[in-house]
Amino acid sequence: MNAEHIDCEDVIEQLFAFLDRELDEERQQRIERHLNRCRDCFTRAKFERRLRARIRDASEVKAPERLRRRIRGLLNEF
Amino acid sequence: MQEPDNQESGQTGESRRLFEREVERLMDRLYGTALRLTRCPDDAEDVVAEAVGRAWSRLGELRDPQQFEGWLFRILHNTFISAWRRRRCRQDREVELDLNDAESDAGAFSLFAQLHQPFLLWWGTPEDRVVEALLREDIQRAVDALPDSFRVLVMLVEVEGYTYREAADSLGLPLGTVRSRLSRARSTLQRALWEQAREAGIVQGAPASTPGAGGTQE
Repeated sequence: MNAEHIDCEDVIEQLFAFLDRELDEERQQRIERHLNRCRDCFTRAKFERRLRARIRDASEVKAPERLRRRIRGLLNEF
Repeated sequence: MQEPDNQESGQTGESRRLFEREVERLMDRLYGTALRLTRCPDDAEDVVAEAVGRAWSRLGELRDPQQFEGWLFRILHNTFISAWRRRRCRQDREVELDLNDAESDAGAFSLFAQLHQPFLLWWGTPEDRVVEALLREDIQRAVDALPDSFRVLVMLVEVEGYTYREAADSLGLPLGTVRSRLSRARSTLQRALWEQAREAGIVQGAPASTPGAGGTQE
């Protein structure tokens, strides 16, 4: 039971490593279980996930037609 | 990455069509990613064109067509990183200064912690509201404002899902440096987003609505 215990402070400290899936399986699951029980930490994790998704979305930009033409020309050269 | 050693890149009409179709499908993301990395439209086009050229000539190395997207983005990042590392050698001092500046004002900053304050919580869930209200341009500006070394890591790990080890190997950095730099990068990015939210009135805007009526929906 003690090995199971993890408090909010630990979770916050390791939250990014958790979201990056950089923790070992056991710690990963321990945090997962904590998030299922703790509303504050769950809200925080949800926020960080959402923010990350927005950062990901923001890295999509309409490519200029010029670039599309350039790529087609490039492939024709091969 | 692996050395190209494949002359018969399966360059049949069919594979050419499939390749072009996939590249076309991914074009906006390829360009957008390159633009975030380089911050310059011309450079971004060069990086995409070079990456697509490399990918086409190495197509025979791709064993599993299902992995095409990840494989192509890896080539894109590697293309950028090799150019960036060459340039970095020439600009070492500048990069160091860049990092020192970022470090000096870093001190772990959490956007969530700023927003999850008792006085703001009167108005529902400000963190949800802020993350949705930020414009794409706000986010792009905040990412672009990061020093090169921070921005590249954010793109690799947060956007492309590289492991810390993969990012370290790609950038030629020790694992510990990746960890600490990534943590400072996030802190700097979240601080910039907080500033943008304040400037745009997204945060101050909340108290103007009726307390309790702002909706606390999850």
